Amino acid sequence: MQVSLTVNGEEVSQEIEGRLLLVHFLRDKLGLTGTHWGCDTSNCGTCVVWMDGEPVKSCTVLAAMAGGREVRTVEGLEQDGELDPVQQGFMECHGLQCGFCTPGMLMTARALLDRNPDPTEAEIREAISGQICRCTGYATIVRSIRWAAAHESAVSIGSRP
Amino acid sequence: MTTTEERPTEFVDNDQKPVGYGRMLRKEDPRFIRGMGHYCDDIALPGMLHMAILRSPVAHARIVRVDTSAAEAHPKVKAVVTGATLAEKGLAWMPTLSNDVQAVLATDKVRFQGQEVAFVVAEDRYSARDALELIEVEYDILAPVIDARKALDPGMPVIRDDLVGKPDNHCFDWETGDEAATKAVFESADVVVSQDIVYPRVHPAPMETCGCVADYERVDGKLTLWTTSQAPHAHRTVYALVSGLPEHKIRVIAPDIGGGFGNKVPIYPGYVCAIVASLVLGKPVKWMEDRSENLISTGFARDYIMRGEIAATKEGKILAIRTNVLADHGAFNGTAAPTKYPAGFFGVFTGSYDLEAAYAKMTAVYTNKAPGGVAYACSFRITEAVYLVERMVDCLAYELEMDPAELRLKNFIKPEQFPYTTKTGWVYDSGEYETAMRLALEMAGYDELRAEQAEKRARGELMGIGISFFTEAVGAGPRKDMDILGLGMADGCELRIHPTGKAVVRVSCMSQGQGHETTFAQIVAEEIGIPPADIQVVNGDTDQTPFGLGTYGSRSTPVSGAAAALVARKVRDKAQIIASGMLEVSVADLEWQKGSFNVKGDPSKSVTIADIAMKAHGAGDLPEGLEGGLEAQICYNPENLTYPFGAYICVVDVDPGTAEVKIRRFIAVDDCGTRINPMIIEGQIHGGLTDGVGMALMEMIAFDEDGNCLGASLMDYLIPTALEVPNWETGHTVTPSPHHPIGAKGVGESATVGSPPAIVNAVVDALKPFGVRHADMPLTPSRVWDAMQGHPTPSV
Repeated sequence: MQVSLTVNGEEVSQEIEGRLLLVHFLRDKLGLTGTHWGCDTSNCGTCVVWMDGEPVKSCTVLAAMAGGREVRTVEGLEQDGELDPVQQGFMECHGLQCGFCTPGMLMTARALLDRNPDPTEAEIREAISGQICRCTGYATIVRSIRWAAAHESAVSIGSRP
Repeated sequence: MTTTEERPTEFVDNDQKPVGYGRMLRKEDPRFIRGMGHYCDDIALPGMLHMAILRSPVAHARIVRVDTSAAEAHPKVKAVVTGATLAEKGLAWMPTLSNDVQAVLATDKVRFQGQEVAFVVAEDRYSARDALELIEVEYDILAPVIDARKALDPGMPVIRDDLVGKPDNHCFDWETGDEAATKAVFESADVVVSQDIVYPRVHPAPMETCGCVADYERVDGKLTLWTTSQAPHAHRTVYALVSGLPEHKIRVIAPDIGGGFGNKVPIYPGYVCAIVASLVLGKPVKWMEDRSENLISTGFARDYIMRGEIAATKEGKILAIRTNVLADHGAFNGTAAPTKYPAGFFGVFTGSYDLEAAYAKMTAVYTNKAPGGVAYACSFRITEAVYLVERMVDCLAYELEMDPAELRLKNFIKPEQFPYTTKTGWVYDSGEYETAMRLALEMAGYDELRAEQAEKRARGELMGIGISFFTEAVGAGPRKDMDILGLGMADGCELRIHPTGKAVVRVSCMSQGQGHETTFAQIVAEEIGIPPADIQVVNGDTDQTPFGLGTYGSRSTPVSGAAAALVARKVRDKAQIIASGMLEVSVADLEWQKGSFNVKGDPSKSVTIADIAMKAHGAGDLPEGLEGGLEAQICYNPENLTYPFGAYICVVDVDPGTAEVKIRRFIAVDDCGTRINPMIIEGQIHGGLTDGVGMALMEMIAFDEDGNCLGASLMDYLIPTALEVPNWETGHTVTPSPHHPIGAKGVGESATVGSPPAIVNAVVDALKPFGVRHADMPLTPSRVWDAMQGHPTPSV
C-alpha cells in the first residue's frame, strides 16, 4: 500500500507493507535511525516520536496509521542549526550515558515543556514514567528537563518574538 | 590519605574545559542528543540480508525431526540452517568464556526454553520472521530440571549428556578460606546467627538488545563483524578459534553500544550464526534479537542460593563468616569468569570487616534454564558476596539488638591495616571505611531518622532505615592469576601525537555508555597537557586498537586507564629528550609544566608539546639515537585489583495496608580513589543505585515448573522507572589506590553491588515490629505482605 505523511516537515510517500511498524518505517525506509526499537511491548519508550504533536510509541503504531499525519522525530528537534533547549539540557546535566533511550526521552521532554513550561520534579517524573533508562537513574534526566525549562524562560524573555 | 575535597580543576579555555581531571561535558553527547549515535541496528550495508532465530518453546526435549522445506520455499528466504547443517561443518558447538561448551544450534536436545534451534536468512526482517513460522520441529519432551536444590537428586534427568560420561547435573565445586579454623571459631563463639538467603536470577536487560552485522568478503577472505560486544578483542580471538578463519582476517567492531552491564560480554549463538550465514551466502547478514529473546536466552545474573552464618562475641565483635552456596548456572556454564575463579570474586564475601576466619563452599549445578551468570554489573559475583555479608551483619545486629551502624563501625578494617589481606587471600589496597561511614551517617541525619522511626513505630507506621557498607574488587586483573579463556587480563594502549600537537589514543576497552571518549581524553590530557578536546579516543575496533580484554567488572579505569596514563608518560619522556635537543640543555635541566618543558630557572626558554611534536615529525636531526615520531604503545598488567568502597543508607516507608515499599531517601557515599570526571562518576553511581532498586524490589527472572520463563517481556520483567526511584543523595571520600598509576579505582558497578543490601536492610528494618529478620528479594508488595504474615522466604 501507499503511505504519504510528513516527517520533520518533509513530505514522504512510499509503497509499504500494511503491517509495517512506524518505527521500522522511520528507521529502515527513511534512514532516520535516531528513533530506536527496544521492547516490542510499548514498555521501554526508546521509540517515542510525535504524531500530530502527540508523543506515541512508534513500535505499536503502524506506518499506515501515520498516513496524512505529521511525524516529528529526534532528528527534527534541532532547528536551523540551533539545538533545542532539551538537547542542550541533556548534555549540560549528564542526562544520558549510552544514549539509547535519549531520543525518546527528548521527544517526551519537548512535549511536556510545550504544555507545561515550568514543570515540577513530580510532573517530570510522571511525564517520563512510560520510558526506561537503564544508565542514568533518572535524576539527571529530571535535572536536564529542569535546565531546559529554566533556559527556555530566559530565552523567551530575551529574544523570542 | 583520605580527603573529601575535589581536586581543583584547571581550565584551558573559556568553554571551561579542563586540562585534565574535573567536570567536563561528554565528547560523545553531541551525536547522541541529535539521534546520530551509530548503534548496531543502524548499520545498513548494500545487499544486506536479515537473520532470525527459531527458538525452543520447551525447556528440555529431544529433537526428533526438523522440517525446513516450507521455510526454504518462501520466496524471500535465502537460507535455512539447522543444528544438523552446522554439525556437518563442525560448528554446532562453541566454547563458552568459562571453558564449557554451548550449542550454537541444538543438534541432539534442547536444554532451555529459548535455546537456538535453527535460523533463517531472508531479504528483510519481517520475511525472516515469517519463515520461522514455517519450520516444523518435532520434540520428544523430557522432564526438566528447574529447581537447583533438586538438580543433584538421584534419578534426575541428566541435562548435559553431550559431555561424555556425565552422570549427573553437577557443574563444579569450589571453596575458599580455612574450613577447620573457621569451624573452631564458630564452636567457641558467644553468638552464631544463620540465615538462608536467595539472590534470585535477574537480567541486565540493556535498552539495546544484542545483535550484529556479519560481512564476509569472499575475495579478501576477510570477515568484518559489527557487534554489541564489550570485549571485541577477546571475541575476535574466540571467533578465530571456532571458525578457523585466520585472526588477521577478522575485524570486530563494536559501534555505539546501548548499554551493556555484562550482558554483552558473552559470545552468543546468534553472532556465530550470522557469521556462518555471511560465509555461506557471501552477503552481509544482520541479526538483532528482540526483547523477549534478550530476556530468555542471553546472560542472566545471580541465581545463588546461600546459607550464611556469622559468629561474634556478645559485645558485637565479628569473628568469622561461613557460607554454603548452591549456584544455578543454567544449561551451559556461560559465565565469563577467570579460569582460577569459577565463582568469580565471591571470595570477598568477608566484606569490609577484620575477621579471624572465613570459609565458603560452593556447589554449582546445571538446570534447564538459560546460561549465563556473570552480568548486570556484578563485578564477578561480588554483588552476591556483598549482599550475603551485609545481610548477615544486619541479622547479627537484630539478634544482638545492636544498632547496625554501630556494629559496622566496631568491626571495620582500620586504615593502618592496609594493605589488608583477608582470610580468603584478597589484598585490599587502601581504605578509610570509618570516614566514609560517618560521612554517610551525617548526610542522612542518622540519629534524627532513628528518632523519627521510633515515633512512627509508636503510631503503627512502618519506616525502615537500612545500611550497607561494601568493598568492591575491580580491575581484573594481574595476568598471572586472571584470564578469560586463557587470555591474560592485561590491556594495551597506544598514543600518537600528530605533528600539530593533536593526539589520538587507542584503548582496548569498550564503552557501553560510560563515557570513555571523555574520560580517557582527560587521563591523557592530565599527563601530557594537551586539552581533552584535542585528543581523540578510539575504542571498539580490533583493526584500530591494541589487544586487550575489554570492559566489564569495572575494569576500564583500573586497567585501560592505567595504560593510558603510563603510555602518556612514556611519550612525555621521549618529548623531554627532544626538548633537550631543541633547548640545547641536558634532559635533567628541564622541568615539566603540564604541556611544555622549560629550562629550570628560566621559564622563558620553553617548548610546548606541539612544538616538540612538530620537531619529532619535522626536518632536521633529533638527539642521537632517537627515532622520529612522537608515539608509544604499552600493555598494562595490573599489579593488583583496586578496592573501591562505599557507605549507603536507604530510608523506606512501607504502607501497612498494601505492603508497598516507597524509597524516601537514598544516601550514597562512594570512594573510588582519584576522581577523573565527577559528573561521569555521579552518573555511574546513580545508574547502579537504580539497578539496586530494581533487584531489591521489582526484578526477577522466574520459571514455572515446566521451565517456562515468566519474565520474558518488559510487561513481566519490571524495571524501575522515574517513579520508583528517589532523588539520589551522593557524597564521596577520596582514598587513592597506592598501586594504580593515577590512584584511581573502578566505579561502574559500585552502586549495583552496594545498594541491594541497603534497600533490603531498610525494608526488613521497617518490618521489625512483625519480628521479621530476613525476607528474600524482590520485595514486591506480595512478598512484603507475606513477610508481615510470618512467611518471609517464598521459593524462587
